[in-house]
Amino acid sequence: MSAPTASPDWRGVAAEDIDDVRGDVGIVLRDRSRRLLGSLLRPHRKALLAVLAIVLVENAARLAIPYLVKEGIDKGIPPMVDGQGSRILVGIVVVVGIVVVVQAITRLLFLILAGRIGQRLLLELRRRLFRHFQSLSPAFHDRYTSGRVISRSTSDVDAIEEMMDTGFDGLITAVLTLVGTAVMLLVLDLRLGLVALLAFPFLIWLTAWFRTASAVAYRRTRVTVAAVIVHFVESMTGIKAVQGFRREPRNEEIFAEVSDDYREANERAFRLVGLFMPGIKLIGNVTIALVLFYGAYRVFDGHITIGVLAAFLIYLRQFFEPMQEISQFYNTFQSASAALEKLSGVLEERPDVPEPPHPVAMATARGAVDLDDVRFSYVPDRPVLPGLDLSIPAGQTVALVGTTGAGKTTIAKLVSRFYDPDHGRVTLDGVDLRDLADDTLRRHVVMVTQENFLFAGSVADNIRFGRPDASDEQVREAAQAIGADTFIEALPAGYDTQVESRGGRLSAGQRQLVAFARAFLADPAVLILDEATSSLDVPSERLVQRALRTILSERTAIIIAHRLSTVEIADRVLVLEHGEVVEDGSPADLIAGHGRYAGLHDAWVESLA
Amino acid sequence: MRPGATRRSLTSLWRLRGYLRPYTGSLVVMGTTALTGVLVSISIPLVSGALIDGPIAVGDRGGILPLGLLALALGVLEALLILIRRWVQARAVLGLERSLRDDIYAKLDSLPMAFHSHWQSGQLLSRITTDLSTIRRFTGFGLLFLIINILQLIVVTVLLLHLYQPLGIVVALVAVPIIWLCMSFERRYVTVSRRVQDEQGDVATEVEESTLGVRIIKSFGRGGHAYEKFDRRASRLHDSQMAKVHLASRFWTFLEVLPNLALVAVLLLGARAVGEGDLTLGALVAFITLMLQLVWPVAALGVILSMAQEAMTAADRVVEIFDTESEIVGGDRELEHPRGHLRLEGVGFTFPDATDPVLHDLDLEVLPGETIAVVGATGSGKTVLTTLIPRLYDPTAGRITIDGVDIRELTLPNLRQVVTTAFEEPTLFSMSARENVTLGRPDASEADVREALEVAQATFVDGLPWGLGTRIGEQGMALSGGQRQRLALARAILARPNILVLDDTLSALDVHTEALVEQGLRRVLADTTGILVAHRASTLLLADRVALLEGGTITAVGRHFDLLATVPAYRELLSADADLVDAVGREGAK
Repeated sequence: MSAPTASPDWRGVAAEDIDDVRGDVGIVLRDRSRRLLGSLLRPHRKALLAVLAIVLVENAARLAIPYLVKEGIDKGIPPMVDGQGSRILVGIVVVVGIVVVVQAITRLLFLILAGRIGQRLLLELRRRLFRHFQSLSPAFHDRYTSGRVISRSTSDVDAIEEMMDTGFDGLITAVLTLVGTAVMLLVLDLRLGLVALLAFPFLIWLTAWFRTASAVAYRRTRVTVAAVIVHFVESMTGIKAVQGFRREPRNEEIFAEVSDDYREANERAFRLVGLFMPGIKLIGNVTIALVLFYGAYRVFDGHITIGVLAAFLIYLRQFFEPMQEISQFYNTFQSASAALEKLSGVLEERPDVPEPPHPVAMATARGAVDLDDVRFSYVPDRPVLPGLDLSIPAGQTVALVGTTGAGKTTIAKLVSRFYDPDHGRVTLDGVDLRDLADDTLRRHVVMVTQENFLFAGSVADNIRFGRPDASDEQVREAAQAIGADTFIEALPAGYDTQVESRGGRLSAGQRQLVAFARAFLADPAVLILDEATSSLDVPSERLVQRALRTILSERTAIIIAHRLSTVEIADRVLVLEHGEVVEDGSPADLIAGHGRYAGLHDAWVESLA
Repeated sequence: MRPGATRRSLTSLWRLRGYLRPYTGSLVVMGTTALTGVLVSISIPLVSGALIDGPIAVGDRGGILPLGLLALALGVLEALLILIRRWVQARAVLGLERSLRDDIYAKLDSLPMAFHSHWQSGQLLSRITTDLSTIRRFTGFGLLFLIINILQLIVVTVLLLHLYQPLGIVVALVAVPIIWLCMSFERRYVTVSRRVQDEQGDVATEVEESTLGVRIIKSFGRGGHAYEKFDRRASRLHDSQMAKVHLASRFWTFLEVLPNLALVAVLLLGARAVGEGDLTLGALVAFITLMLQLVWPVAALGVILSMAQEAMTAADRVVEIFDTESEIVGGDRELEHPRGHLRLEGVGFTFPDATDPVLHDLDLEVLPGETIAVVGATGSGKTVLTTLIPRLYDPTAGRITIDGVDIRELTLPNLRQVVTTAFEEPTLFSMSARENVTLGRPDASEADVREALEVAQATFVDGLPWGLGTRIGEQGMALSGGQRQRLALARAILARPNILVLDDTLSALDVHTEALVEQGLRRVLADTTGILVAHRASTLLLADRVALLEGGTITAVGRHFDLLATVPAYRELLSADADLVDAVGREGAK
């Protein structure tokens, strides 16, 4: 039924994607990643040295075994054949036994120590990321979006974890085995060793090819799987609209498309591995055949013993086996290094609103707010506030009125220090906000917005979020004060009702009431309400307004609202236009006049009719 | 694991076998190449042994060449077999994964809201990603090697026994405890891994919550509290990870050391046998190399078994979705020329996990072309009512008819073509603005699109960098709440339904824009049956009649001004702030 005549490019033109790692900045990024890695590893310097020593011993032990087998065959067996007893052989076997024990102990130590360093590092990385994201300004979060923050802190960390889990150990072993075996082979027999080492250039060439080819293929799988995930999550979270608009067939078409892209990308990557693995096997088997061939002649001519040939065969097997793990390592390594690049980038993001080095103490606040010649712009050269002077005495309730883009919300965000002004200063009781510790500021200034996020937990927990030490009684009082108690008590478990993820059980209006109660319980000196009543029905809004009159009487408040009914409770109304105050006065005075506010008010009264 | 659960898991996995059918040929190729490969790799050490015992021992220079060439040929053949198997395998298992993924998606698409509202999308996502790749890995690799490794174990052990019985017995004796240990380890490992997985989920949840709530956390200065909560979870995860590291370290060490210990025994006993003439030197070398070949299949057995376990659990989770019956299935009737006569008769609705109904005994008739507004206090069930008409939920009592036909008898596409809803929370997808707007009518003409955009005051899209082609939504340009609402409204209008349901669609608009949208809507609603959910008096004026929803049922229906005059509850809900009415009154008196 859905014959889509719409453009086949259903995704349209993408907006800029900050995630893209472009070629020309590659080196800088790698540098940045290295710095991050260095800072994470530095505390473990000693442990790392110990691990290095242990791994060297372990590999030496591992490499000694085939050599000892050779000694056994060449030196231990002939005396026995000649009937001279087994003393030498037993001696060699005892040495092998000791070496095996050494290998076991060092291996165990290595795995545990390396695991401990890795896990410590991950914990540190997780903590650092969490603290860092929490310290970045809301402006950053607006830009970066929650989805990216979450994927940085989860899947990117997981990618690094996976590399430590599987890849790292394999790589170290592979490299050490590679080098160690080469040396042993040359020592055992130079000529045969050289024949065996003929495999090296091929191995290096094959690995180099695989590395470049798989980097491309691997990136492609990442891109395509992201498309699958985005489409999937979006259509599942938006299933109401999907079903309501009969979108299922077209969605299935699109999903089949992205799903097939992903399959194709995967298939390409699988085939590369499918070439690489048998390639290694081929090189290995040909080398073994050549060694066998040439070795047989050497034995035949008496240049080497059968023991040496046996040792060669065991060594070569040991040599090529770990090579197979390298392909595994590349995959995890690539995703881990991509993750590291992104993480290091994010961790170098400096907070736009830094903590003061020497914060001013402020135990209590009266709530006088002043803006002195404040200039601010989100985009350079497009000032939202061209130079605002505003003085709000303690205890005053001010309503900001104006069209979209007049700068109302910007003022609210500057007073709650979600941003710092480009010029001028914002003060609380005469102290520049930049000199207050974040905790101090937040205790005195609280903002309630349209966005009323609730955390998983009970309704009471969510109200108490504003003041963790509040008693149950105080929580109830706060809810009563703004008229939220009626609906809360009607919930299945009253105040103990779990709000479920993101408050899904409550309607938008109910969430807003809980958010209000939360703010009132916090009892700040300055309260900012940005469109905080927009989702309420008229009776609830009226209740809130009635409550506001008493609650706001002894504190400073800044109110932003489209609905003039909310504005009416203010002591003072500021009409803003292009970041400047064009009208300033009490609501009654302004209504009596002929300015913009009087006009807005008339239009509103008419709409009520 | 409980035996009952295991059986169920096996059945789940077995039920997915149909997806392998298109790849029967590939499976046969995979099996044969893998099997031949194993035989070839076993025969290579035998050739070396023969070379040492034959030409070298007897001094036959000419015998070296054929045996050497044989070893070379076998080596090349083995690599070739692996190549073929991997290529065939890539196509088959990825094809399998893809068709499973597409089917799950289609199934999820058809499941009703009741399902989606209690399943988080993250849970569903992990099914189409992690679970599917687990199943893919097992069918492509695990299953194959489970069989092959067991075969290899048997063949090599038999060969070893054949080469020199006493030594073969030693090896076989060592292999038994290894296999047993592998399996017991695997059981413990699965427990720890699952704990780690759960705790990773906890950490992720903590991250998600504190990210989505970052503005609230900041507003109240509760960063320390959030960090502590996170740190507790992260530290617990770290501890479980360390437990896993300890367990795995011991196991891997054991696995690596055991063959070496066997080597010691073999060397000692083998040398004695050679000394006594029971065994040739070539046979000993062949024996040792063959024995080393056993290490991988034995070690891998544990991994493969845990892979099988994981695949069964994954299959369980996938089958769980396939087994969910959709309670909302379409009928087979279609309205050819719908007029849009909507009737709700004794409709009631109770959420599955609740006891008290949200709606009950609700009767309402909307004539073709008529517009009815539904008003009610917060939480009175208005939104639920709007979801019943397009059958996103089904009423638990009573029935809804369109033009006299029970909507349960209509096909879902037909019903949802007749009824279109603009929801309170506008959902936009990561697609071009155009595709978002034409969601309900993909074949809409340019003129229709423009008209819908104008009615909804959504012409701001022309100002986006690429106009209607700009990608918006989660992964595209960010739009404000009001802009999103207007686009969603344009989408509903463009669908040209016979019945248009608007659920408080204008709440995020400023007064000025709202007035403009209302003007446009008046035109659209002139010949469309409309249901409006609204809070504001201005929006109500678009409706011919208003229905008052109180305590889950309709208590009054009538014209706005009549209700205002006669129904106190309505007046209470709709009239402006009492004090303000006074103020306006005073002003009028002046």
